[in-house]
Amino acid sequence: MSGDTFFFYAFSALALLGGLGTVLLRNAVHCALALMTSLLGVAGLYLLQGAEFLFAVQIVLYIGGIMVLFLFVIMLVNLDQASKLQQFGRQTPIALVVALAAVAAIFSMLSKSAVLLPASVSLTPLTGGNTETVANVLFTDYLLPFELVSILLLVAVVGSVMMAGKRTE
Amino acid sequence: MEFIIITLVKTGLVAFILLTTLAYLQWVERKVIAHVQARVGPYRVGPHGLLQPLADVVKLMTKEDLIPDHVNKVFYVLAPFLAVFLALLSISVIPFGPAVEIFGIKTNLGLADINIGILLILAVSSLGVYGIALAGWASNNKYSLMGGLRSAAQMVSYELPMALAIAAPLILSNSLNLREIVDTQAGNWYGIPNWNIFTGGQIFGFFLFMIAAFAETNRIPFDLPEAENELVAGFHVEYSSMKFAGFFMAEYANMITVCSVATVLFLGGWHSPIPSQAGSGVFAALVHFAAAGMLFFHAMHAARPFDKITFPVFGVVISGIGAIFLAGAFVWPALGAAINGLFWYGAKTFILLFVFIWIRATLPRFRYDQLMRFAWLFMFPAALLNMLITAFFVALKG
Repeated sequence: MSGDTFFFYAFSALALLGGLGTVLLRNAVHCALALMTSLLGVAGLYLLQGAEFLFAVQIVLYIGGIMVLFLFVIMLVNLDQASKLQQFGRQTPIALVVALAAVAAIFSMLSKSAVLLPASVSLTPLTGGNTETVANVLFTDYLLPFELVSILLLVAVVGSVMMAGKRTE
Repeated sequence: MEFIIITLVKTGLVAFILLTTLAYLQWVERKVIAHVQARVGPYRVGPHGLLQPLADVVKLMTKEDLIPDHVNKVFYVLAPFLAVFLALLSISVIPFGPAVEIFGIKTNLGLADINIGILLILAVSSLGVYGIALAGWASNNKYSLMGGLRSAAQMVSYELPMALAIAAPLILSNSLNLREIVDTQAGNWYGIPNWNIFTGGQIFGFFLFMIAAFAETNRIPFDLPEAENELVAGFHVEYSSMKFAGFFMAEYANMITVCSVATVLFLGGWHSPIPSQAGSGVFAALVHFAAAGMLFFHAMHAARPFDKITFPVFGVVISGIGAIFLAGAFVWPALGAAINGLFWYGAKTFILLFVFIWIRATLPRFRYDQLMRFAWLFMFPAALLNMLITAFFVALKG
């Protein structure tokens, strides 16, 4: 087994185990840390694909920013009370069926993936400046969606500031 | 194979120097604060307390390693290791000096030379908050929890202005690779060194970065997570022995990292402010000889009898180091290029570290609401404005 294959399986295992831990663990802080592990595994997979910019952004934004805020909120919650609540509802059989159907759909998609991709897309990883490539694509081909998303985020920020501001009056 | 051996040797050297600097930074801090307050500082263990760090390490290692009953054991033990690991990790991408050739081996002074160096440092420093937040939560103590929460909020808030302040020199250098960023700052413009802080116009960017760096490393005036007179000792109340020392080490390692980053991004890295035709090669030697001369002078007017012996000995050692720089300038140019780079990198980083200590001896602590107000209402808009103006001028020029 080559180094890349080994790391691929290691990071995948990290991502999957983290995801399971997020759902199955009882303590909310443990759940948050499991989610962090999962995100770290995904970051590792980005790095294996040669997408070092995505790797760094995944860590800075998701693990270093968003998950810290999650943890911050969870630490303020009364955990003793929360851990006594029933963890799973009675919809387990339905959820199982839906989950299996989703897995089947993903696998059928994956088996046809080579056909679904347009011929112009190259499957070999880019060499050299990954950051430059991301910036080029983002600011030329996808400029309008990019600007729309940034306006959406701005609206969200303004909205949250408005909601937080009302209470202090 | 050769690559692996060189990398191992370099890693060992950097680890040894970094850990020694960590230990002695604490000695420097105690000495500087003592002299600011007209005291002597550590003086008993070894000449001028020079063996004090060693004594401290022995003390911390032999103390009882207590794990209280009420803590969450896994995270309680994990937190200090996480803090130290992440703090030591970022030094791996810092370039210390130019590419050199010694004994026929060509190598860059620095460990890893990667394309996203500065992003990696940002990523690792954003992870640093986990060590402190987890320690605060796992200790199951109200003071620790308050400290952990404060640090989480503080570090997330100051990460933004820090990243924006870093972005401005990145726009100027058009690279994320730290070695390339230093290379673009080589040379001078009518005698002014071509560093980002001067000809790049990043003087505000530099100060914004340094202020955010104080908050990121939890140093006075932003040491709210451990504020002694409010929270006993904050997030590390329940820690003892080497686990406590772990947090201590992490704080000092983080200080060294942010000062190195400031040196690389704003102060031209290993480049000398003096052009080489004006004698930058002998400057390091002159500094050492001047320091040695000062020591000899003070030995003649020693305040304490013991100093009559120790000052001349230090003077001889320092003039020996000066002689090595002199040899580098005139006899062995290959060595000269390497040690001059290291000298300037070390001097700039050490001056910034001195500023950290100086400010600790000078300023009181902020109140928590002042800290947050300052981050969001001054630092963030100022850093954003600085980046926009820089981008505007770069676009105008290009």
